[in-house]
Amino acid sequence: MDSGLSPQDKKDLDKFIKFFALKTVQVIVQARLGEKICTHSSSSPTGSDWFNLAIKDIPEVTHEAKKALAGQLPGIGRSMCVEISLKTSEGDSMELETWCLEMNEKCDKDIKVSYTVYNRLSVLLKSLLAITRVTPAYKLSRKQGHDYVILYRIYFGEVQLSGLGEGFQTVRVGVVGTPVGTVTLSCAYRTNLAFMSNRQFERSAPIMGIIVDHFVDPPCNSQRPANMGQPCNYRAPEDDDGPFAGVQDSQEVCTTSFSTSPPSQLYASRLSYQPPALGGAAELSHPTANPNQVLHAGKEGGVVLAPAQPPHGADAHLTVEHAPNTPGSSGDDDGLSNSGYGRRDEGRRCASPSDPVESLNAFTRKIGAFVNKPSAQITAASLDLPFAAFAPRGLDSEENDPMVQPPDSPPCHSPLQASLHSQGSEGSGPQDDFVMIDFRPAFSKDDLLPMDLGTFYREFQNPPQLASLSLHISSQSMADDLDSLPEKLAVYEKNIDEFDAFVDMLQ
Amino acid sequence: MNCRSEVLEVTVEARQVEESMLALLHTILLHRSTGKFHYKKEGTYSIGTVGTLDIDCDFIDFTFVRVSSEELDRVIRRAVSEFKDALSNSGSDGMGQISLEFYQKKKSRWPFSDECIPWEVWSIKVNVVNLANEQERQICREKVGEKLGEKVINVVEVINRHEYLPKMPTQSEVDNVFDTSLKDVQPYLYKITFQITDSLGTSVSTTMRRLIKDTLAL
Repeated sequence: MDSGLSPQDKKDLDKFIKFFALKTVQVIVQARLGEKICTHSSSSPTGSDWFNLAIKDIPEVTHEAKKALAGQLPGIGRSMCVEISLKTSEGDSMELETWCLEMNEKCDKDIKVSYTVYNRLSVLLKSLLAITRVTPAYKLSRKQGHDYVILYRIYFGEVQLSGLGEGFQTVRVGVVGTPVGTVTLSCAYRTNLAFMSNRQFERSAPIMGIIVDHFVDPPCNSQRPANMGQPCNYRAPEDDDGPFAGVQDSQEVCTTSFSTSPPSQLYASRLSYQPPALGGAAELSHPTANPNQVLHAGKEGGVVLAPAQPPHGADAHLTVEHAPNTPGSSGDDDGLSNSGYGRRDEGRRCASPSDPVESLNAFTRKIGAFVNKPSAQITAASLDLPFAAFAPRGLDSEENDPMVQPPDSPPCHSPLQASLHSQGSEGSGPQDDFVMIDFRPAFSKDDLLPMDLGTFYREFQNPPQLASLSLHISSQSMADDLDSLPEKLAVYEKNIDEFDAFVDMLQ
Repeated sequence: MNCRSEVLEVTVEARQVEESMLALLHTILLHRSTGKFHYKKEGTYSIGTVGTLDIDCDFIDFTFVRVSSEELDRVIRRAVSEFKDALSNSGSDGMGQISLEFYQKKKSRWPFSDECIPWEVWSIKVNVVNLANEQERQICREKVGEKLGEKVINVVEVINRHEYLPKMPTQSEVDNVFDTSLKDVQPYLYKITFQITDSLGTSVSTTMRRLIKDTLAL
């Protein structure tokens, strides 16, 4: 299979395919984040933009992709698949599409790796950008948020399309022939969007199979469990990715230089690699095959970069708040806590405090833009929690997890009810019908103001009915209306020209 | 040389003409643009980076991706705007065609001017319809969005056949293959033309004028 392919070409080709796979995953996941993507063109190459396309690298996604690939490359019989699914706030889930990067045996021996294959892979990525906005899941992903979120899952091996339901359609994004096989990129998407609510529970039953925190290896997986996948959310890192400097080995240098020499000499003239911006990589000079045909003096940075991603350093950035999660939740009741919202700013979660809210052990709470740091809230919540009623009692919280919101957006009827129910610390049994309890409305502190929230509630609990809604007044006004009708009509007829002009303007 | 020719056809409302044309033209140009070339000594060159941008349509349920270049966008918008005006002023049934042609220049000796040899032509036929009420318009929004999606898939299919592309030029030849006038991206040399079909199905004088202009191009 490799006959005729020089070692350098083989190395280049492997590198191209590896980074193509990583970029493919990035494009797909970013297209399902629910936001519009915008990157900038740059006339001067930076050496880190693979395939001459500005595609951001979300570190979490790269990490997942690399984990799925586990050092292998997509090959014949080994496809890389990205599965996009939808999960509702009630816990129902549905696979929407599966993107497959496959390789078949059809080889194109004569093709130039360093040039033609690279450019065609670049075109294929552009096609992927275009097609990801066209499949039905795009519109769904743009509307994700409160009712449902979009998840992704990367796996390697056999393509599994059974979850797409009947009548799924396939669209082929494109193919690129290489000397070792033909790279094919395609998407199979569901057309039948009726929900299957039972499936979700089958898949989530085995607790061990669910990844609680995808940065911690689950105890027993030799291969990825069929879990719900990761949310397509992303918190944009601050500009310099503090803890991430040096971690992005996707900045392994990419080809940025090409030769315009005639084809016969192309083989000899190697790509000149820009020295990696991160530094530290030794630059090797690669002896060209035909020294007398060297057309450029470019040195090749034989970047043998395997910058070890610090085990949780990479995680540290995006998942600062994960840290409490991992040791705390040994009970994997958090189950699908990682498959929560697709909201940009709320992609992190932390474990609930164990005490004093012990009934809320499995209660995971999101850190959002408006939520204070966990510790502060814990102490504040040493009073009864207004929404205790909504927390599961020792059950897996997966149903509730997506319902968790930063506390300042409760369902509107709840403060009253919840406070009436928050009896935990009051010591009154729920069985009693009428219990005198202290009225503690949500978010209020006692003695803060002379007129506090509780007083306000009591005073205005039973407002008088609106005058206009009362029956006899309404019937009066109806009679008045009828009487005034002729006058109104006369006025309108006078102004008929204005109205006509207005209507014309609208057309 | 054989020129590859592809025809796409869409049926839209008058207010959707602009966005649908932009969507298709930009999708094609996305695939036919590269980063800026920077030639170095000894015949090598490096290529700049192309950024992309998602654009939501206002009158169509559709989002398309275009190259992140305001200059290029301006040029395309201007051409589409002219086409749209011509369509609405023609008083015809609202049928027209806009063509995006990629060509190479071949230098000729004086006094003949450079030859423009097309290698790929995309023709987008447009039928404009008038709808009676809001409900129909809403359905049209969605339908046209789906149709455009299909067209994008067609475009991608053609492009990924990887048929003829001009050879990468040397520094002296780059202007014969690429449009180097833009600051941030470098599309293949292209031109956009259009013609309006009147109600009898015959095309109006714009085509003739264009042909004459091209032949006598000085």
